[in-house]
Amino acid sequence: MARKRYIQAINDALLEEMERDPKVIVFGEDVELAIFGDTRGLLERFGKNRIRNTPICEATLAGMAVGAAATGCHVVFHMMFSNFIYTGFDPIANQMAKLRLMTGGQIELPITVIAGYGGGRSTAAQHSDTPHPVLMNLGGVNVLVPATPADAKGLLKTAIRDKNPSFFLEASGRGGDSGEVPDGDYTVPFGKATIARSGSDLTIVAIGSMLKPALGAAEKLPSAGIEAEVIDPRTLVPLDEETIIRSIAKTGRAIIVDEARDRCSAASHIAAIIGDKAFSNLKAPIKRITVPDVSMPYAPNAENRVLPDEGKITQVATELVHSVPAAAGKRVA
Amino acid sequence: MTDQHEPSNEQLLSLFERMTLIRLMEERLRADAAAGRLPGAVHLYIGQEAVAVGVCANLRDTDWITSTHRGHGHFLAKGGDPKAMMAEIWGKRTGICKGMGGSMHVADLSKGILGANGIVGGGFAIATGAALAISLLGNDRVAVAFFGDGAANQGVFMECLNVSSLWQLPLVFVCEYNHFCEFTPTATVTSGDIVDRARAFKIPCEVVDGNNVVAVFNAAASAITWARSGKGPAFIEARTYRIQGHLESEDLFLAGGKYREKQEVEEWRKLDPIARLANFLVSQGACTTSQLDGITSKIAGVVEDAVKFAEASEPADPELTFEVMFAGQRP
Repeated sequence: MARKRYIQAINDALLEEMERDPKVIVFGEDVELAIFGDTRGLLERFGKNRIRNTPICEATLAGMAVGAAATGCHVVFHMMFSNFIYTGFDPIANQMAKLRLMTGGQIELPITVIAGYGGGRSTAAQHSDTPHPVLMNLGGVNVLVPATPADAKGLLKTAIRDKNPSFFLEASGRGGDSGEVPDGDYTVPFGKATIARSGSDLTIVAIGSMLKPALGAAEKLPSAGIEAEVIDPRTLVPLDEETIIRSIAKTGRAIIVDEARDRCSAASHIAAIIGDKAFSNLKAPIKRITVPDVSMPYAPNAENRVLPDEGKITQVATELVHSVPAAAGKRVA
Repeated sequence: MTDQHEPSNEQLLSLFERMTLIRLMEERLRADAAAGRLPGAVHLYIGQEAVAVGVCANLRDTDWITSTHRGHGHFLAKGGDPKAMMAEIWGKRTGICKGMGGSMHVADLSKGILGANGIVGGGFAIATGAALAISLLGNDRVAVAFFGDGAANQGVFMECLNVSSLWQLPLVFVCEYNHFCEFTPTATVTSGDIVDRARAFKIPCEVVDGNNVVAVFNAAASAITWARSGKGPAFIEARTYRIQGHLESEDLFLAGGKYREKQEVEEWRKLDPIARLANFLVSQGACTTSQLDGITSKIAGVVEDAVKFAEASEPADPELTFEVMFAGQRP
């Protein structure tokens, strides 16, 4: 084990996978200079045939990823900010997500799309979106939301080796977060959640960037007599429903924390699954802590108003556990 | 572009046969669509056969093509199996895509056919990506993007001209100028000449009579040789005409509305690419009319067999939807 920063773990995964497999190529806007840091050193090591800057034309680049992957390359397409997924969305939704089915399974599309998501750094509404719910709804792409350096490295390696398109969503501004990363080559499987903290009173499902504030809240909750279990799904497609349901069976209470807007979020999807499959275990309503259905404002205080944080999670958790179940009409969020 | 080489008589007869195959397949689909026998809509290639056949006659199985929603002609011209195509359009499990794609999505990767595409302009970037893969993997394949005049107004066209020229990718753009963007005459929605858009990127261009298969063949030979030799992309605009409607059932919803005059269609029928090739072959003494009739009746048998095969096949397997959505993973 070694302590590494999130962005360094991603960089290591790219370096190691490009070393392992000569068919792995990386392209995107400004990848040579590595403005996020995650592609640093690749150009010097592998040259412009393996990593290259592209024109700014996301729709074409997403379509090219499909064409190159269908014909033999293992593509890593760096889209920079996740809002640019919308700019390139036509081929993502209409080709990348659908060609395998439409060709009757003839095509394999080993594509990894990297994009940074989320707010909290005054990047305003066009550089802070969380498009994982949109991607989850496409059906034909995997959606990865690694929260720790170890999972970032392991999931990225799995994505690059996989035969299907995967969206590897980096939490923007969390690149400096550090954590223990296993030595040597390892992968993290898709569809396997981790229990980041064990507890018996409440299950907090924390998505991607929300793991850190969720764990922070869980460390404070014992003072209110609450032991929270924190689950990190790690991948949203595929989703490890079993680990979530098993936890709810134990705790009887669920909070889902998601940096997406509330409407049709990953949180609402997971809440629906819990309602469907763990209804009889529930002692209280399922709570979602999400971004309200507004665009991300620029000013730091306005951002803080809408982003989930440790304080909001602590408050909702306390009210949820200590409220009387019969008081069903009581608002707790 | 250089390296002009005229097709031999043997090649011309082969072009005639392939064009006839497309025509008779499409005529049969026209009849079956009108009779309500097909599950989905069909967009027919009648009148444009010389373009797909003239271009694909210069391609190898290992070369890649992307096609349009009017893709039956490209599929057959590139060597796709008529039975597997017909079964696909009928929604059968023996179809080339096992009934998962249908008319607008016929694809056969083993023949280099990356697929017809329901999105207008959807093939540009896929072909450009395939050309990038060719250049990175270091083989001597080429990629061809077939597209219509309608698709030329999509922004990705400009983007792909730029990136393919910038990186000197082995890519041939083939614009089939069939005069219509779905239900709208191209001239009413298009500024300037499409070919000038490619010229702006210093890409060698040629405008040909798309109803003259020899002209298309020659232009394609030059363009494909150029691209294969590593000189970068090339562009062909083939002027042709869409004889059928945008799709076969359109009269039902056009409700008497029209976007062209019958007379215009009749004028273009006089320029039928198959009849022109037949006249050329006979006038050159390359073959007799009865030899051509023999080819046509042989192809009619192929089409009949394809329809029988499709009709007799089992419907698609609905469970396959879940099996093929991902490679090695359930949805």
